[in-house]
Amino acid sequence: MMNWIAGVGRSTLSQLSDLGRATLILMQAIFGRSNVGVHWRLTIDQIHVVGVLSLSIIIVSGLFIGMVLGLQGYTILTDYGSEQALGQMVALSLTRELGPVVTALLFAGRAGSALTAEIGLMKATEQLASLEMIGVDPLRRVVAPRFWAGVISLPILSLIFVSVGCLGGALVGVSWLGVDSGSFWANMQASVDFSDDVFNGMIKSVVFAVVVTWIAVYQGYDLVPTSEGIARATTKTVVYSSLAVLGLDFFLTAVMFGEV
Amino acid sequence: MKRNQSIVTTEAFVEIRDVVFRRDQRVIYDGLTASVPRGKITAIVGPSGTGKTTLLRLIGGQLKPEAGDVCVDGLSVQSLKRAALFDLRKRMGMLFQSGALFAELSVFENVAFPLRVHTNLDDDLIRLVVLMKLEAVGLRGAVDLMPSELSGGMQRRVALARAIALDPEMIMYDEPFVGQDPIGLGVLLSLVKQLNQALGLTSLVVSHDLQETLSIADHVIMIANNRVAFQGSPDVMQASDDPLVQQFLHGSPDGPVRFHFPAPSLEDSVS
Repeated sequence: MMNWIAGVGRSTLSQLSDLGRATLILMQAIFGRSNVGVHWRLTIDQIHVVGVLSLSIIIVSGLFIGMVLGLQGYTILTDYGSEQALGQMVALSLTRELGPVVTALLFAGRAGSALTAEIGLMKATEQLASLEMIGVDPLRRVVAPRFWAGVISLPILSLIFVSVGCLGGALVGVSWLGVDSGSFWANMQASVDFSDDVFNGMIKSVVFAVVVTWIAVYQGYDLVPTSEGIARATTKTVVYSSLAVLGLDFFLTAVMFGEV
Repeated sequence: MKRNQSIVTTEAFVEIRDVVFRRDQRVIYDGLTASVPRGKITAIVGPSGTGKTTLLRLIGGQLKPEAGDVCVDGLSVQSLKRAALFDLRKRMGMLFQSGALFAELSVFENVAFPLRVHTNLDDDLIRLVVLMKLEAVGLRGAVDLMPSELSGGMQRRVALARAIALDPEMIMYDEPFVGQDPIGLGVLLSLVKQLNQALGLTSLVVSHDLQETLSIADHVIMIANNRVAFQGSPDVMQASDDPLVQQFLHGSPDGPVRFHFPAPSLEDSVS
């Protein structure tokens, strides 16, 4: 029993010290001295890598999720004879929940794991150490641009996901199942509120972006520089990010929509 | 190759005093004291696993000692603020075991990297300096290649060009001769020597290739059993009757340094 309690205490302490180290790394990356011109260009490069190159998976997934929503929504709503509310259902599900959450999960798998592996490999091949010895802070040069790129890209990807999803819903609902096009779009416009739905969804997305990218760069920067260490850190990135996104989503939903 | 015979007594560039360093629970250094003379080639030798690379990292401020003091040119490395530490590092070059070239940059950009970051030179001048540095390591022709297109030895020479791009006052070589064929080894040896003579660089060479390293070194620091086992000129080292030094010089399996990793006796483990 004592051993068990000691074990819990030890693992709590080590979790806390991990969190502390991750916070320190993030703070140093964001608030250190920097050369804004160079830094901005590196960030743009990274936005291309983590954002633009994630577009295809985001668009394809968004389309399918929207189509599934359209199909499922139609079969349920048609029981009550209210299939004209399909637009509202698709749009609200996407803006409030599925857009931010699924985009963040896909982003963790597509871009987060790549960030971890890339930074980890730079560590394993002594590139980070050699940056340090050249007198360049790797936190500023390597970690910060990747962090900002993630924070900027994910909310935009999430918006794209929602838009494509709505189109997918319309494709199935209107073009295939024959819901009236006018009532589909009009219902959507009337029921989706900018500040309640779209803006709250964006806030979620920004929170997820910070958390997922933070986990990814920290796992990469702090890993054990061996092949096994890189494999483990990449897995951890995806697992921790997914859990964090789903947990935080519940919390944010409770705060944003809980008083209804 | 003519060896500098004088026993080095000039002012030290790096001064290491009573350093204690532990990695996890394993003691690496227990009261290490050594000094690296200015403008000379200093060899750091010793059995594997004695933390020779660790010493370079302590000097570069990438690791901090638990106790004791590491001074580079009068500045105490472990107590420097981050910004001051990075300023000090501009005055040191380091050649890593793997070369550690930036994989996404071409050879030219790798060598130009320190110049772009730390100077305001215009592109023409940067190009000139980069070509000069690459010429010095014999790889001017490889200027437009990517690191992945070079052999390991060539990568290390490019890394050397990058390490000297800013004309540092000291350069640290971490196992520069590992995996080099005899020609590459000879080229590197004479490069290290030339850089030292032409630029007055303080050079620190960590190496297992004992005879080669001693042939160019002015000063030797031998590390064994968590402390400095010998410090002095290579000639004094050859003549030393310390059993540890003799064992190392002649590569005898038995002596003060044990071949076996510490373990309970074989009888106890087997029974």
